[in-house]
Amino acid sequence: MDDTLVNGTKTTKELEKVVIRFAGDSGDGMQLTGSQFSFTSALWGNDLATFPDFPAEIRAPQGTVEGVSGFQVQIGKIDIYTPGDQADVLVAMNPAALKSNLQFARKGGNIIIDMDAFVDRNIEKAGFKTNPLEDGTLNDYNVVEAPISSLTKAALEGLQLDNKSIMRSKNMFALGMMYWLFDRSLKETEKYIEDKFRKTPALAEGNKRALNAGYHYAETIEALPARYKVPPASIEKGVYRHVSGNTATAWGLMAAAEKLGKQLFLGSYPITPASDILHELSRHKNLGVITMQAEDEIAAVCSAIGASYAGQVGVTTSSGPGIALKGEAIGLAVMAEVPLVVVDVQRGGPSTGLPTKTEQADINIAVYGRNSESPAIVIAASTPSNCFEFAYRAVKLAIEHMTPVILLTDGYLANGSEPWKFPKLADLPPIKINEPQKTNGTYHPYARNPETLARAWAVPGTTGLEHRIGGLEKQDLTGNVSYDPQNHEKMVRTRAEKVARVANYIPELERIGTGDGKLLVVGWGGTYGGLLTAVKELQQANKKIDFVHFNYINPLPKNTQQIFEKYDKILVCELNMGQFASLLRSKFPGLNILSYNKIQGQPFLVTELKEVFINHLKD
Amino acid sequence: MENTIDIPQQKLTKKDFESDQLVRWCPGCGDYSILSAMTNALPQLNIPRENVVFISGIGCAARFPYYMNTYGFHTIHGRGPAVATGVKLANPKLSVWEIQGDGDAMAIGGNHFIHALRRNIDINIILFNNEIYGLTKGQYSPTSPTGLVTKSTPYGSIERPFHAAELVIGAQGTFYARTIDTNPKLMTEIFVHAAKHMGTSLVEVLQNCVIFNDDAHAAVTARENRDDFQLHVKHGQPLLFGKENKKGIRLNGLKLEVVTLGENGITEKDILVHDAHAEDPTLHLMLARMAPPHFPMALGVIREVRAKTYDEAIAEEREKITKNAKYHSVDDLLKSGETWEIK
Repeated sequence: MDDTLVNGTKTTKELEKVVIRFAGDSGDGMQLTGSQFSFTSALWGNDLATFPDFPAEIRAPQGTVEGVSGFQVQIGKIDIYTPGDQADVLVAMNPAALKSNLQFARKGGNIIIDMDAFVDRNIEKAGFKTNPLEDGTLNDYNVVEAPISSLTKAALEGLQLDNKSIMRSKNMFALGMMYWLFDRSLKETEKYIEDKFRKTPALAEGNKRALNAGYHYAETIEALPARYKVPPASIEKGVYRHVSGNTATAWGLMAAAEKLGKQLFLGSYPITPASDILHELSRHKNLGVITMQAEDEIAAVCSAIGASYAGQVGVTTSSGPGIALKGEAIGLAVMAEVPLVVVDVQRGGPSTGLPTKTEQADINIAVYGRNSESPAIVIAASTPSNCFEFAYRAVKLAIEHMTPVILLTDGYLANGSEPWKFPKLADLPPIKINEPQKTNGTYHPYARNPETLARAWAVPGTTGLEHRIGGLEKQDLTGNVSYDPQNHEKMVRTRAEKVARVANYIPELERIGTGDGKLLVVGWGGTYGGLLTAVKELQQANKKIDFVHFNYINPLPKNTQQIFEKYDKILVCELNMGQFASLLRSKFPGLNILSYNKIQGQPFLVTELKEVFINHLKD
Repeated sequence: MENTIDIPQQKLTKKDFESDQLVRWCPGCGDYSILSAMTNALPQLNIPRENVVFISGIGCAARFPYYMNTYGFHTIHGRGPAVATGVKLANPKLSVWEIQGDGDAMAIGGNHFIHALRRNIDINIILFNNEIYGLTKGQYSPTSPTGLVTKSTPYGSIERPFHAAELVIGAQGTFYARTIDTNPKLMTEIFVHAAKHMGTSLVEVLQNCVIFNDDAHAAVTARENRDDFQLHVKHGQPLLFGKENKKGIRLNGLKLEVVTLGENGITEKDILVHDAHAEDPTLHLMLARMAPPHFPMALGVIREVRAKTYDEAIAEEREKITKNAKYHSVDDLLKSGETWEIK
């Protein structure tokens, strides 16, 4: 977005992309406002990505910084991979929202405030010593002081609504202003309002009036002399919907179970930021889903193991602290060789850490975090919508290879959302169950598929296959308890080899770039959007920089070494102290593997990454 | 699963339930007679062998599934009830048995133990209570009496013990029975009874560890104590015991007392009649708490009430939700709500 507004004349400017951030009290409806703006923009044809910024406190006192809820969206006529570094337009509904969100506003950008909320009491509550509208705090911004509350009140006069309901409509006034500013139709939001308040026509009318009043107000005032056009992006044809990472994860798991004709069993204990997967799955019990809110994290994973053992799709979902508790049980699934999906929605740590903030520091616990030689398949989603694909793949890998799969997502993916061209179940890859072979006598539970080394899934209830398994070391083939030294070594190596061979069944790494670059940027998981944007922008500026992004952590894609070997410098960027870089260094000694790390509970910024990459390209 | 192997259905015998594995408990261990009672009980239930699953955690008792020729899963310490819950929910037609020792059930797995009972999932938990840790070679357990000298309590245990029945009732358990490893007939009867109960059945077996806590239950099980210190309760029967069945339990105010028929004008009318089906667990708790030297120990089914099981509740809920559902497949779900088309 351009830095200056054209004064005096009503002009329309075209932009490639723009970032808008809505911020207000948790009760102000900022999430709704943001998602309505996103939906309307998606219908208009923009590509976009969104990210909500909730307070950790459930209901912090009104007007305080702790109680501020934000929603950021980036829309574009070009491909959009992140919600954007900084907001070109910040809507701040009160002083606290301004206080906590000014850091996210771009200098030279627009700030729209509800000036009715900037009274002494609120200013003080927000922690400002003096009035920020008067003390020069906002000198670097184009500030639009709009009397949003009073104009909303005026617009709703005559409706039989109490003051609280009237004040709750002021978010629609702000949204109306944004719709004018970005030349958007009010139609979809009006439809949404009518539907939402079907039973309370006065509220429907009130919200529609506020929306229109905001639109017309923006048109009239001089402070907003220009309006902006973000033309539609060239987006692949098809039917789209918005999806968040947690919802996509839930649906991917359901899709896999339906594909298999099996039930999905979720054992889960509530934990931020994973609980929304439990909530979403709990709504779909008509689709063969069983959810059990277990008594603790351990019961959650153990009940999932029981369900898998008994022939359904057993899944447990959690975040770091819960994954730590599940370690022993995951080891049991490794040892007994039963399928299991463990979803880890990573958050800041250690210990309770930063529950609502994102981090990528669970790669070590996922790959190594169990006693003894206990290999698990580890995969990572990289966008909110591909959480669907990787949840589906987690089930597929667990069942086809008869071993636990840990799916890493993170708080940023979990709560972020984007438009998604959703697939049909028929187009998803088949999932092949290892059916037990008929025997003429004793059944051998640890007989293996010669290619994958996976054993068969012989489930209780099947006549003639009665057998015993467990966490004790077992004799190859028969599964009987065995303490034989040679057998133990053989079994440890077999379980490791089984997981290593998964590399034959996963896609190879795709390099983005020409291959003649001297710097290879490496990422994994949720940082994809930021890394891709930064690399692409530099590639467009003719910098010699390439990029690979990992969705498969253990085992690694087969062509990893082949790609890495070509580069003088490999820069692994991750939101931790360098866990993936360490893993890569141990697998590929001798290569120049460097790290760029950030541990602030926040995603990478594109500007920050570009600066880092340019510095690396200089030496 | 479709890929089943046809075996002609025949009346199953004790032998059909015995696995080919060498049983490796210590000679003289009470577990042998529990195993034998189980293989006696199962043929009486007419459940196909493939529908029987034994789940266990860790401990001497937890080796039990290896010795049963059924499906079996030896899991991790204390977590058996959670695994068993997943198994039962995944396939409610299975007869799920969960084997625990006192440490497994009430120390490391205490949480799962009470929550299985609270949910009332239809599984059968057999609790082998020997009041000691056997597999780890002799430390005190959460049921060890205060003062017990063990390897980890060389000066005697300073902790107060749990009583399984109190946890069962505190967790709103629907079935509690107690038996002893020296009475195979009673064990078999109770196992059959527990299997037929809908909901979580908790059978506490007073089991003897010959190595680390020998004769822990001798006050009840010793030949010379049987008559005076065992009270075999049966629903609808008066609570009588003793060599000639002359002693009985009377409710005096809010307390139980031992009385003798014919003494001080006591007749059978004064004797409490056992009502295992009473919703109110107060008397069940009082009976379960009786212990020598002042009382006999109650054996048999002390509490058996019918309440909706967790698996039934899940099935009911699903039926209700499915009836009103607007979509019936993931494809339909993805298409529901706000979608748009890019042409």
